[in-house]
Amino acid sequence: MIAIIKYNAGNIHSVQNALDRLEYKSVITDDPVTILSAEKVIFPGVGEASSAMKYLIEKELDKTILSITKPILGICLGLQLMCESSEEGNTKCLGIFDAQVKKFPNTKIVPHMGWNSFSEINGVLFRNINVNDDVYFVHSYFAETCRFTTAICNYIQPFSSAIQRDNFYATQFHPEKSADVGEQILKNFLEL
Amino acid sequence: MLKKRIIPCLDIKDGRTVKGINFKGIRDAGDPIQLAKKYVVQGADELVFLDITATVEKRVTLVELVKEISQQINIPFTVGGGINSIKDVAILIESGADKVSINSSAVKNPTLITEIAKEFGSQCVVVAIDTKFVNNEWNVFVHGGRIPTQLKTIDWAKEVERLGGGEILLTSMNNDGTKAGFAIDITKAVSTTVNIPVIASGGAGTKLHFKEVFQETRATGGLAASIFHYGEIAIPTLKTYLKNKNVAVRLS
Repeated sequence: MIAIIKYNAGNIHSVQNALDRLEYKSVITDDPVTILSAEKVIFPGVGEASSAMKYLIEKELDKTILSITKPILGICLGLQLMCESSEEGNTKCLGIFDAQVKKFPNTKIVPHMGWNSFSEINGVLFRNINVNDDVYFVHSYFAETCRFTTAICNYIQPFSSAIQRDNFYATQFHPEKSADVGEQILKNFLEL
Repeated sequence: MLKKRIIPCLDIKDGRTVKGINFKGIRDAGDPIQLAKKYVVQGADELVFLDITATVEKRVTLVELVKEISQQINIPFTVGGGINSIKDVAILIESGADKVSINSSAVKNPTLITEIAKEFGSQCVVVAIDTKFVNNEWNVFVHGGRIPTQLKTIDWAKEVERLGGGEILLTSMNNDGTKAGFAIDITKAVSTTVNIPVIASGGAGTKLHFKEVFQETRATGGLAASIFHYGEIAIPTLKTYLKNKNVAVRLS
């Protein structure tokens, strides 16, 4: 069973639909016991960092996430919340990755919205993926590159497109909305 | 490099895909789910579904359709038509829509843009602007292009950005249905004025029209309906053409 963490962020059902298409059973839950007993956990989300973090703390989901020993995949806001801190609402985040989350300067078109490829990919999430493959992004804040960065994308400047530290995986892009390439990346995670 | 998006638009009426000519004269173009799946396979970058009936009793049909689309397709999609309140938005987002498109209701009640942005994030608020060149200026029209407003298109686009809109879907009514090309001038003006993504719509008839709009304006997406529905331009052919003309596109 795959647990999808339920919190005050959108896009959660899209992840479940993607898992259904790949024929993996999943449950959307905020129950710590269910989350901790799942084979894998997905921490998705589109939303605002400070209100999301506040909600996680209120529900003690912050502690739950930090104590997960099975593979967990953060997506989009999920990745950002796994970093040190975010400029969005001056938010202290979970601190799993030693990266700061910053806002793109609005001298260019923001949000970074649409399909973009990589300048670098490493690690198991990117098995059978080419550096020129495109994945779908939509975000106005980005995580700086750090020692745990496994994929880099360039938009205005290089940023962390994917990060991995031990069992904590995360992507800034939306694999559940990235057509066949995204499905391959999700499969790579689900088959860990 | 960020790719330019090719976006087929499916106008939905009573659960079927239709396409009007110049906002009038509706023709049937098929089952929306089948059409949507075909476009995904062909390499469409996003899809837009506009419910052009959107009466209260048909709302349920739309919600069911949105759920089915979300189950079956693996690229982002926008739903629009008859969205008047944050409650309408919540139902569509919870049913799986990635973005919602608002038009007349945003003109009538601009704070709706901010409300949606606060609740669901700017990225899911697409503000559709129907514009027409009359008396030597581009003005905003509402209610399917039937009713003129006092708003100048550029001023409204700036306001949309200020209020928290995540994207602008700009349709030139002069060009829509003509297949004579996108309205380059207003698309260029709007896309250089705002720093949110602009999707050009209305008038696409040839591959060259897409090249023009991507090379001569800052639009990051091009939307079309009939040329895709009736197979006049196949998406893979269009994308290969654009790539050969040095427009960055996603080839699947």
